[in-house]
Amino acid sequence: MTVSIKQFLKSFTLYELLQGLSVTGRHFLKKKITIQYPEEKTPLSPRFRGLHAQRRYPDGEERCIACKLCEAVCPALAITIESEQRDDGTRRTTRYDIDLFKCIYCGFCQEACPVDAIVETDIFEYHFEERGEQIMTKDKLLAIGDIHDKRITANLEADEPYR
Amino acid sequence: MDGLRSLLTFLPDWMATLIIILVGIVLILVPLLLTVAYYTYAERKVIGYMQARISPNRVGWFGLLQPIADTVKLLTKEVIIPSNANRFLLLLAPVLSIGPALAAWAVIPFSATMVLANIDAGLLYVLALSSLGVYGVIIAGWASNSKYAMMGAMRVAAQVVAYELAMGFALVGVLMAAGSMNLGAIVNAQHGGIWHWFVFPLVGLFLVYFISGVAETNRSPFDVAEGESEIVAGFHVEYSGMGFAVFFLAEYANMILISALTAILFFGGWLSPLEGIVPASVFDWPVIGSLLGGGIHWFIFKTLFFMFLFLWFRATFPRYRYDQIMRLGWKVFIPVTLVWLFGEGLAIALGWKPWL
Repeated sequence: MTVSIKQFLKSFTLYELLQGLSVTGRHFLKKKITIQYPEEKTPLSPRFRGLHAQRRYPDGEERCIACKLCEAVCPALAITIESEQRDDGTRRTTRYDIDLFKCIYCGFCQEACPVDAIVETDIFEYHFEERGEQIMTKDKLLAIGDIHDKRITANLEADEPYR
Repeated sequence: MDGLRSLLTFLPDWMATLIIILVGIVLILVPLLLTVAYYTYAERKVIGYMQARISPNRVGWFGLLQPIADTVKLLTKEVIIPSNANRFLLLLAPVLSIGPALAAWAVIPFSATMVLANIDAGLLYVLALSSLGVYGVIIAGWASNSKYAMMGAMRVAAQVVAYELAMGFALVGVLMAAGSMNLGAIVNAQHGGIWHWFVFPLVGLFLVYFISGVAETNRSPFDVAEGESEIVAGFHVEYSGMGFAVFFLAEYANMILISALTAILFFGGWLSPLEGIVPASVFDWPVIGSLLGGGIHWFIFKTLFFMFLFLWFRATFPRYRYDQIMRLGWKVFIPVTLVWLFGEGLAIALGWKPWL
């Protein structure tokens, strides 16, 4: 009996409706959380795994020694490597392709690399306009590494204590 | 208006009257349609804010040109007429929908003197026109030759019949208290202070009236007629471009109408809430006095509040299930209004009038 009277009063005083209205009313006055993307961006972790890059030593020599560990570890078989002996007797890649359509951005190549040559940068705003452009050749990877050298190094250093 | 008439003395009397009426219509419709345009903007803004996002802010300053951009888009869109649809009725339906929504504004008193047609059966006129609006929707559903549109139209028909009754009963309560069906007289009956407003003695009828009003205009949480998750867009699935825009316009004009009527019937229309609280001499002060005293600004302010409530409801409540809508209309609202009317009638018969 008391339960049904309670129920009756609750529904006729619109108690629950007013409760709901108060929730939306509070949010009406709250600070808005929208990030207006092109102008504003959310902070990225230094571990962010985006577009790939190949790094160089400070003297300009490419780091990659064609050990093919990345090719072996790649779960999506996105990496293709061919190598040859260079005139100075070191082993270097003649072909280093990453198919970005196959790549799943797991970061295993970066983990596997013994010389920190292949890395994933925090660049995620890129696009392809034609078929075939998604194959990142050695030249493209090295170019990305050259352009964003400071950014890549800073991110690697920021993440170093946690590795 | 009298000033205008004295300017037109060189014309025959009937022509002067005609011109004055036309000017009055323009003076009501243009602000009304502008309000409708910016009401859509306000809706997106308010709902966005309640969902903690910022909502349109790209077109113009704070997105203020958004309704204009929307209008241009809808105007330039192709009007598609489905094959096997009834062409004449399909094009007639939006007109039937918006006509009553705009015509009802003729009897709305904006202030003590500002009313286009001060007729004695104002309340009946409004009730009749708001019921007529549903024909547009039903004809649209039938003429579209589409299952979903038909379903939407059927839902509207049943829902409007259910809520029209409760709404009518609520209005009967008001006219019993006011002793008149003239909207101006109803407002004047609430004269003399905020405690004389009908909302206090008739709070149950006010709630029934406003909720029925939300249901009448097919707004959330009673928007089963559109029910986009169930029947695509309900009665206006097959409409595009201007046909759709006119339905849109009619819906918002109806919402504003219901808000204005709620303000008039239960919240003292243009009367100031400060009446009887501050000394009467305050109202004679040069500028502040006229702002604090009764006038069109109080009417607009009260109407805006109820318009905001419509948006607030939409942002808050999930859609009613169809059988729950019917249950609420027939089994809750109508008994509530009947009991309330009985109590009110008893109070009048015993000469006990708390609202006077």
